[in-house]
Amino acid sequence: MYIPHTEKERDEMLRVIGIDQIADLFEDLPASHKFPSLNLPDRLTEMETLAELQSLSWMNESSQDLICFLGAGAYQHFIPSAVDSILRRGEFYTAYTPYQPEVSQGTLQAIFDYQSLITALTGMDVSNASHYDGATSTAEAVSMAIAHFRNKRSKVVVSPSLHPHYRETIRTYNHGGILEIVGDEDDADLLRGPESLYSHIDQKTALVIVQYPDFFGHVFDYTKLAEITHQAGSLLAIAVNPLALGLLKTPGDFGADIVTGEGQPLGIPLSFGGPYLGIFATRKEYIRKMAGRLVGETLDNRGQRAYVLTLTAREQHIRRERATSNICSNQALMVLASTIYMSLLGKHGLRQVSELCYHKAHYAAEKINSLKEFHLWSETPFFNEFVIKCPHPVDEINEYLLDYGVLGGYNLGNHYHKLNQHMLIAVTEMNTKDEIDSLVDLLAEVSND
Amino acid sequence: MNIPSDLKYTQNDEWIKADGNQGLIGITDYAQDQLSDIVFVEIVASIGEELKQGDTCATVESVKAAADVYLPASGKIIAVNDKLPDTPELINSDPYGESWLLKIELSNLGELNDLLDAAGYETLLKSKS
Repeated sequence: MYIPHTEKERDEMLRVIGIDQIADLFEDLPASHKFPSLNLPDRLTEMETLAELQSLSWMNESSQDLICFLGAGAYQHFIPSAVDSILRRGEFYTAYTPYQPEVSQGTLQAIFDYQSLITALTGMDVSNASHYDGATSTAEAVSMAIAHFRNKRSKVVVSPSLHPHYRETIRTYNHGGILEIVGDEDDADLLRGPESLYSHIDQKTALVIVQYPDFFGHVFDYTKLAEITHQAGSLLAIAVNPLALGLLKTPGDFGADIVTGEGQPLGIPLSFGGPYLGIFATRKEYIRKMAGRLVGETLDNRGQRAYVLTLTAREQHIRRERATSNICSNQALMVLASTIYMSLLGKHGLRQVSELCYHKAHYAAEKINSLKEFHLWSETPFFNEFVIKCPHPVDEINEYLLDYGVLGGYNLGNHYHKLNQHMLIAVTEMNTKDEIDSLVDLLAEVSND
Repeated sequence: MNIPSDLKYTQNDEWIKADGNQGLIGITDYAQDQLSDIVFVEIVASIGEELKQGDTCATVESVKAAADVYLPASGKIIAVNDKLPDTPELINSDPYGESWLLKIELSNLGELNDLLDAAGYETLLKSKS
């Protein structure tokens, strides 16, 4: 253990506070609680420890061992081997905060490239260097809107089909504050899309947040929502699945002011829930209110192209109480993974993956909908996820599927009491036709049981 | 250091130029010199808003630091300088002229008597250096 103070320094500190030994600081603790018996197993050798941990880890069933139809915000996509091989280069793998541009050009350039790719994908002017995940970046959008209106607008309208975890994170961030969050009440109409939000938007509204495709996979045209939002002088945030943007109109085209999203589909493995990547992009006029880091391109004193952290010094570091957010960190390694992924696929590759997801999901939806007891919940256009009304509780169906090595869809009853017995099924380019057909067969068997 | 004699000054290096019941507000030559190159100005008060003496009305950021600007006297905001967000460097080049931050309708003229005159401000600056 590294202890920075010398014996002499410790004695001096003890003398100053007027005690003889460090143990005196703990004399108020009952003796029986100072060093209680912890009842731990005997120590193990490294070899034994490894064996024990390995046997524990074998009890997991990962999405790689199963046929996966589970999505709900994180998706299993194919990741080219080059992603990991570039990512794990020592130069990238060890780099953390690139405060010193003279020794961090590679990391800074990678972040700059990421920002450029995200702005192209979302149709926005500027992207930050990322946040932790889709939930935190969406919560940061709320903080930014509140800061933009200098606390004079205190209402946020959230769509009930914004990811439930994102809504929870927004509430956690703003617990105890002035914020009023409306739109996602228990009795909210889940099928009307953005229209259900119009009546909530008024002069007190700082931000309106919707998801695209939404939590149920639906793709709505948000043009009118943007108009109504802007008429009230409010800002519009759209939380996206970035992969879907390979195919869909950009949020920038709708008139979004902020785009957030979960970047995991862009070359980041599911990894039991993280680390993921929080996308955050906005329009140029809000750049000063944007949280997080931003990398800019400039010229050095020899006229050479150079990259530096820019526009961040102000509030996050020297005036924390005035900052939009105190989160200065980003997901540099995940940023790099998504940058490599997007660069490898290119514009056309990304579109191809999106199209594969779209078509395979539609094939699956049609087949499942043709079963007697399973029905598509809505007719709204969707991307790669859709909701099926089931004849039995979703958890029971999933137990059955798991016996055949199939990871079924998400149980929407977990978050929406109205959607008890509704399953959210995700299909990606990874799902073969055979896999989809066997899911359909298994579902048919379930309903016959 | 330029300290015009027709202005009133605060301890925090703001100036106010009173004209009847109206006041034009900015930051002093000394303030801009201390901050060095100014890169960003945000006026955080809106027209029509009533603020009290000492309330934060703007933020000025330079390559070195960021500082709040406090209102030298209470009143209602009647104009803000729209040019500053795009040309913050005006504060460096012309702190008492084109780079005024905002104009207020003074609600308590008596407050002006609490402020420093040019001589008083000069003495203050001497004590700071």
